[in-house]
Amino acid sequence: MDLDALAGCLASSACLVTQTTSGLIIGMLLFLVAVGLTLIFGVLKVVNFSHGAFYMFGAYFAMTAYQLTGSFALAMLAGAAGTAILGLIFERVFMSRVYGADVLMQLLVCYAFVLIFDDVVRIIWGPEFKSMGMPSAFQVMPLFIAGGVVPPYYLLLIGVALLAAVVLGIGLSRSRIGKVIRAAAHNPGMVSALGINTGLIYGGVFALGGMLAGLAGALAAPVRSLTPGMGFSVLIESFIVTVIGGMGSILGALIGALLLGLIRSFGSLGFPLFTEGLMYLFMVIVLVSKPTGLFGREAA
Amino acid sequence: MTRTRTPGISRRSTLALMGAGAITFAAPWVARAQAKTIKIGMPTILSGRVAQLGTSSRNAVMLEVEKVNAAGGLAGRHIEMVIRDSKGQPQEAARVARELVNTDGCELLLDGEASSGSFAVHEVARDLGVLCVHTCSEASSLTADPKQHIPNAFRCVRQGIHDSIVGGSYAASIAKAKRLKKWATCSPDYAYGRDTTGEFTLYLKRFAPDVEIVSESWPKLFQPDYTEVVTKILQAKPQALYSCLWGGDLTSYIDQANIYAMFSQMEVFAVNMADYTALTVVKNLPKGIHSGNRYIKTFPATPENAAWGDAYKAKYNEYPTNWSWQNATAVMFLSEAAKKANSADGKKIAEVLKGLTIRCPFGADGTVTMRGDDHTLVGYAIGWGTTIPQEPYVPEVKAGDWKTIFELEAEWKKSKGYT
Repeated sequence: MDLDALAGCLASSACLVTQTTSGLIIGMLLFLVAVGLTLIFGVLKVVNFSHGAFYMFGAYFAMTAYQLTGSFALAMLAGAAGTAILGLIFERVFMSRVYGADVLMQLLVCYAFVLIFDDVVRIIWGPEFKSMGMPSAFQVMPLFIAGGVVPPYYLLLIGVALLAAVVLGIGLSRSRIGKVIRAAAHNPGMVSALGINTGLIYGGVFALGGMLAGLAGALAAPVRSLTPGMGFSVLIESFIVTVIGGMGSILGALIGALLLGLIRSFGSLGFPLFTEGLMYLFMVIVLVSKPTGLFGREAA
Repeated sequence: MTRTRTPGISRRSTLALMGAGAITFAAPWVARAQAKTIKIGMPTILSGRVAQLGTSSRNAVMLEVEKVNAAGGLAGRHIEMVIRDSKGQPQEAARVARELVNTDGCELLLDGEASSGSFAVHEVARDLGVLCVHTCSEASSLTADPKQHIPNAFRCVRQGIHDSIVGGSYAASIAKAKRLKKWATCSPDYAYGRDTTGEFTLYLKRFAPDVEIVSESWPKLFQPDYTEVVTKILQAKPQALYSCLWGGDLTSYIDQANIYAMFSQMEVFAVNMADYTALTVVKNLPKGIHSGNRYIKTFPATPENAAWGDAYKAKYNEYPTNWSWQNATAVMFLSEAAKKANSADGKKIAEVLKGLTIRCPFGADGTVTMRGDDHTLVGYAIGWGTTIPQEPYVPEVKAGDWKTIFELEAEWKKSKGYT
């Protein structure tokens, strides 16, 4: 425990800016993965244990597109679009068959695909770790804001994630499709009775969830090494985020991810040997005080 | 009542004669099969996050075994390698090792496991009495601790304590020249990371006593994001950073630290940087990272080493790793010991291996020695240098002095109660 370092940081604007942006960066990437997870759970009532694989595929698709075209924008597009298509196929061909099944069966199917997807990546891209490399446009000196250090690439990352959060929030609450999705989440039988193809909605939601995880993977690719199985560690933290924020709540995922990011960022200063533990401790505190998570709703 | 025997050969005699005939005709074939082939078992990591190292170990062994077989085999016996995946799990490594000996009939073991698995395989070797050469574990205690000592196990690997002595000495000389007093460390949070960092700082402070460690970070192994670690180190404003992160963790860390311009703010000492697995993967390798040599074909700067690196690359279309040269050296030792013993018998080879010096492309002076008293490799090329972003990646390596290494290693062993 190094409370002096933590207190010193809180008293310094430079440290405060650096650590806060560091927390936002960690949080925003987590949000993109966790929001897909929570969206799928909210509508399909399935805990998609294979969600981390979409993060992994997003990173590999982006790296491949970047190597082929040299375009960062196309790399991001490939990461997001590729995983959306993969998500749609995965849902229609496999997941749709276990919707009514026991939770254990759903978990088993998802876990099987975690292993299959890892092996697919190993076969296509090889078992060794890869690096996409930072696009030259972002190989610049970091910005100094109030004495704090902020890399420009991370500003882009935070911006893209925020944009995704806003579009998703407005889209789900204001647009017709959003309303149909929410209705399907609430009462799929009634939505189906109104002549709406619920299968299409489910496939679309799964594709959207996969796309968000894939986008997170694509954004992370320039700064993280790519290995088969890389989605697993992200998945664990995403589960913590969804539990803290409340399963099925998009706002909860955003707040949960940001809180977790800040806990990691400032916790590494004050509690360097207990940073991981702090996350779980926080989750326990939230669950004890509000078992449905910060923004979760009681089951009807 | 008396039994009368029918004339001629009885049924029992016929069966006995047929059996004897079969044995007579088959025995030379069986004996030839035993004489001509010797199976060597090898548990190593062929799947999971460090599969690349296990694969490179297998490649190096096969490269050398082909040469030995072409030259007549191990004391005249053709080597057949039986290589199995342990998935990097110690219990699986032990199970595989036992199976290789008991079921597959392997007469020797090459243990291509990381430290955790090596200790498990070591116990199997202790139990079965089979000759075992560890080829990947750098944990010093595996051979330094007398409790671990068994007559049939050897370690053909660089050692953490050797690297720390050379690294500490090299870093101290830079620290004195550039007046680097405030240091930070960032290493993976498991036995290797903790031990190696502790030993490095021990010798850094010994050679440069005014050095102060102002920040320590212990990210967990295979952590995907190091942002909070990078910013924490930046807050401490050290003049130098030491890290023993490795593989994908090291490349992630470099990519993430790069965009904070960390490498322009402090001197960085990363012991595991100068390995082709990391050097060729990092797209924006900063200039001037100090690193220990792992495997590079330009150190030792001899035609033999360069030729070996090129031959490996020509065969496998990638450069060797640190685990590659160690495994290759193990096969060279076995071959030479079998020649001297004029036998492929494990016990006879073990007797000859003690104190054996062989010519080797990876030796500091062209030779390496299997030290007799603790059954470990010494005399290999060891040094530190600074990186550049293109080949040869580490153009100049300052070689470590083995005389100093031996002196300090002896002190270290005494301080640990090993002698």
